[in-house]
Amino acid sequence: MISTQLFYGGGGILLLLLGLWSFLVHAPLLRKLIALNVMGAGVFHILVATAYRGLDTPPDPVPHALVLTGIVVAVSATALALAFGQRLDRDDDR
Amino acid sequence: MSPDTLLPPAIVLSSLLPGLLIFFLKEKSHRLRTALNLGGAVVKLTLVVWMIKGVYDGHEFEYRWALAPGLELVLSADALSVLFVALSSVLWLVTTVYAIGYLEDSPNRSRFFGFFSICVSATVGIALSGNLLTFVLFYEILTLATYPLVAHRGTPDAAQGAKVYLAYTMSGGAVLLIGAIGLQSLVGPVEFTQGGILGDSAEALRPALIILFFVLLAGLGVKAALVPLHGWLPQAMVAPAPVSALLHAVAVVKAGAFGLIRVVYDVYGVDFAHANGLLFALGILASITIVYGSVKALTQDSLKKRLAYSTVSQVSYIALGASIFGPIATIGGVVHLVHQGVMKITLFFCAGNYAETLGIHKVSEMDGVGRRMPLTSLAFTVGALGMIGVPPVAGFVSKWYLGLGAADSGANWVLIVLVASSLLNAAYFLPILFRAWFRAEPGAWPKEHARRGRLETAGALLWPPVITAVLALTAGLFAAAPFSPLEWAALIAEREYGR
Amino acid sequence: MIDSLALAIVAPLLGAVVVTLFPRHAQRLGVAAAVVSAAAALAITAVVWTDGVLRSELGGWGVPLAITLQADGLSAALLGMASLVALSVSVYAGGYFSSPQDGERLADDSRSRHFWPLWLLLWSALNGLFLAGDLFNLYVTLELLGLSAAALGALTGSREAVEANLRYLLVGLLGSLFYLLGVALIYTAYGVLDIGLLAEVIAPGPVAATAMALMFGGLLLKAALFPMHFWLPPAHANAPAPVSAVLSALVVKAAFYLVLRLWLDLYGPITPLGAANLLGLLGAAAVLWGSWRALRAERLKLLAAYSTVAQMGYLFIGFPLIAATAAGPARDNLIAAIVLLALTHGFAKAGFFLAAGMVQKTAGHDRIDNLGGAAQGLPAAAFTIGLAGVALIGLPPSGTFIAKWILLEQSLILGLWWWVLVMMIGTLLAVGYVFRVLSRAFNREPTPYRFVNDARAEIPALLLGALSALVLGLAAQPLWTLLGQGVIG
Repeated sequence: MISTQLFYGGGGILLLLLGLWSFLVHAPLLRKLIALNVMGAGVFHILVATAYRGLDTPPDPVPHALVLTGIVVAVSATALALAFGQRLDRDDDR
Repeated sequence: MSPDTLLPPAIVLSSLLPGLLIFFLKEKSHRLRTALNLGGAVVKLTLVVWMIKGVYDGHEFEYRWALAPGLELVLSADALSVLFVALSSVLWLVTTVYAIGYLEDSPNRSRFFGFFSICVSATVGIALSGNLLTFVLFYEILTLATYPLVAHRGTPDAAQGAKVYLAYTMSGGAVLLIGAIGLQSLVGPVEFTQGGILGDSAEALRPALIILFFVLLAGLGVKAALVPLHGWLPQAMVAPAPVSALLHAVAVVKAGAFGLIRVVYDVYGVDFAHANGLLFALGILASITIVYGSVKALTQDSLKKRLAYSTVSQVSYIALGASIFGPIATIGGVVHLVHQGVMKITLFFCAGNYAETLGIHKVSEMDGVGRRMPLTSLAFTVGALGMIGVPPVAGFVSKWYLGLGAADSGANWVLIVLVASSLLNAAYFLPILFRAWFRAEPGAWPKEHARRGRLETAGALLWPPVITAVLALTAGLFAAAPFSPLEWAALIAEREYGR
Repeated sequence: MIDSLALAIVAPLLGAVVVTLFPRHAQRLGVAAAVVSAAAALAITAVVWTDGVLRSELGGWGVPLAITLQADGLSAALLGMASLVALSVSVYAGGYFSSPQDGERLADDSRSRHFWPLWLLLWSALNGLFLAGDLFNLYVTLELLGLSAAALGALTGSREAVEANLRYLLVGLLGSLFYLLGVALIYTAYGVLDIGLLAEVIAPGPVAATAMALMFGGLLLKAALFPMHFWLPPAHANAPAPVSAVLSALVVKAAFYLVLRLWLDLYGPITPLGAANLLGLLGAAAVLWGSWRALRAERLKLLAAYSTVAQMGYLFIGFPLIAATAAGPARDNLIAAIVLLALTHGFAKAGFFLAAGMVQKTAGHDRIDNLGGAAQGLPAAAFTIGLAGVALIGLPPSGTFIAKWILLEQSLILGLWWWVLVMMIGTLLAVGYVFRVLSRAFNREPTPYRFVNDARAEIPALLLGALSALVLGLAAQPLWTLLGQGVIG
């Protein structure tokens, strides 16, 4: 149904904007990181929505492949950012 | 490729390659360094003699290398470039000998001689440039290579002088670059051609061309030390004496003056420049510089500074010659390129000898120096008299032709400039000669170094100024002989005016 | 038989795996992997030069599912530059990490162990980026590049470095997300991701314009174009010297490469002049601001980093000129000129950072005003900084001189004199900041003069400097031949 697509797409855009807003206004790096993940989720939603080709046809596999790859990348980036954050925290404790 | 094609790049490389090798030498490898220096200089001179003969016989020496589409490196030889190449090669050999003696036992000599060689390679490159792009290329390399020489001593003074030098020359270079590119954007690649390259396009583009002439003039004027762009020159005096000698006589100021000649004769063409008042503007600028430099020189007690302001003045004779319409004045300007070089290098060598041997840096310390250092002082005297224009030294020939040319073309005001300048020259040189020869020796010299051998100073310091003084005399006495600078300048003027 | 394009990506990747497995021999294995990787990449450049565009589809799926690799003249040119820089950096790093200062052996050892896998991974991502033929693979390589670059940049573990690189990482992620969003938009509208196929169907309109704005926005953030450069100076200035070299010479250049590729292949023909002028304007601001900050910088590496901001600016000044010039030899020359500028800067900045690293190691710091003895005592390093400086300023006979000549001439022909003004001011400011450093090499400190003191570190840097200041300027003509393969002409 077209409304499902709109729901995913619109939700994606909303998430994206929320994330971007949060990224820009919040100084703490951890909040920026979370904001980026929210943005990422938004982009992935949009991509998933574009894969929809009607009820009778199977969805387009290409955006799905993109989302899967994107998630892997996002997870690794988050891990690295957290490792950096931990390092900074440890320095502060000392 | 034929030998004729490869000769111009070979002349550039004959000093460049030894220079690059010298950088890698250990400080102690004195002999190898000297061998590379002198070997390069001798090879270069040999190649230049070959080229002179070739140009005289009507050979075409031209080397082309594509840098990018529409941008070509062109090295070629015409009568004018050969004159400048010959001057640089001869004086380089002499200066190298002098520098080896002068810098004995001082630190960082490999660095010094490396840049010294690059400096001469760039000068030769300027001389052999066949188009404006190539000229700009070597002109900038010359700036780069001379900076380390001016800064060489590493003292705060040297750092300051080098900074000022860099600020002036790099700004000038940027302006020159804009002028060159602007010209190329109007008329395509600018190949130096006798009679100019403008042809029929000149009328349509006249306003832009006139503006660009002044842009080029401003760019070249920095190195040629035209007032008010001359400020770097007295400051650069902090450099070691052989560098000052090279800067003033051969490399930097000459590159500017040579560029002016190229732009007037081989880019714009003397007819266009004359018809549009460009020559007149250049003449005014040159005259102001001549008088201003001489007046400033009067009040300098520092010997090197007095010589520096004298250079400001004397180099503009070359521009003055170029600015007077007519072949006779052109001969005077072009021949002064050589004569000023030979005379000024003599004076700087001598100043270096006074400083090295007796610790004399000021004019007021020179009382009686003629008796202590007779040969050096004799050479100095020849140079100074030449600068004033006393016959039979070379400077007289230049001034004679300049005056004759001015009278011939009806520019009588130039005669006033020449007379005034000569009087001023006498006013700042004659007191030095008087002190040196007719005042009594002081009890002790400012800082006398122990004598080495029977001579008044080390041989490597003494013979170079003696040789160049003899050259200055010879160029004056035998001005009418074949292959003399004067004859060659006449050949150039004849070809430029082409009638 | 393994595909030659894939080999350029796989070789460093395999190297990364091997050095991770045998950390004790990381040094030797790393250098060996570097030699193989560089050879593989240079072979591609050579083949493209002689035979033309290379293309391959991995996995045999065919478009759109296969991973498309493609090398045209532009890819090949950047690939060639990157492999020479990367090889030099690898040789240098071998010496840099193995000669620790007192008491730092342990720390250096672990740094060395972490350096090699990350560095080879970065290299693999970089080659992948130059060779990727579709928008999504570009995204993946872009992310990989950003991740490994941030990790490498934080290698010293100092607080400043970690903080700067965390910021770099986050900014990079933001940039990538914008880019990905643009890709999503393109895919929705046209159903293809392959650049070649897209070029045939893309049409001017709001979708293309929005997608371009999103993708370029993300990429410019990564290319550190003014005013999005704020993250670069601290990140580049606090990394170990070989890493700074890679970050400044190659990583930001990768983002620029993508902008140029997308502009030439997709967006240029369908974009109004205003967009190009905006890029040029930001470039001009970058030139002026970056050069000015470099002039005022107190530390050598910070100076170099700000100089990168400025030099990236010159590359973007090329866009309005390209957009304003009709197709033909003049436009081709402009394209070649900005590629030449990018290549020259790659060599020059890498050489500069490597030499700066030597000076810093000898002096124990990199405060410019106190460098005296160290700078004069290391003639080869000072000379490298000089050569690189010649290229950064744009003096002859560097590649920059040729490139700037072409850009200036075309600006004057088009009557766009303000670009001329910006470039000349930038040039003079560069004279100022380069000679601020070089003047330190002339002082009265006693110096036992030896040109080369540590061959393994100094020779690669010197060669990079010479490439930028001499070779690219005097022998730029082959670049036109190379770009003639599918890019210009």
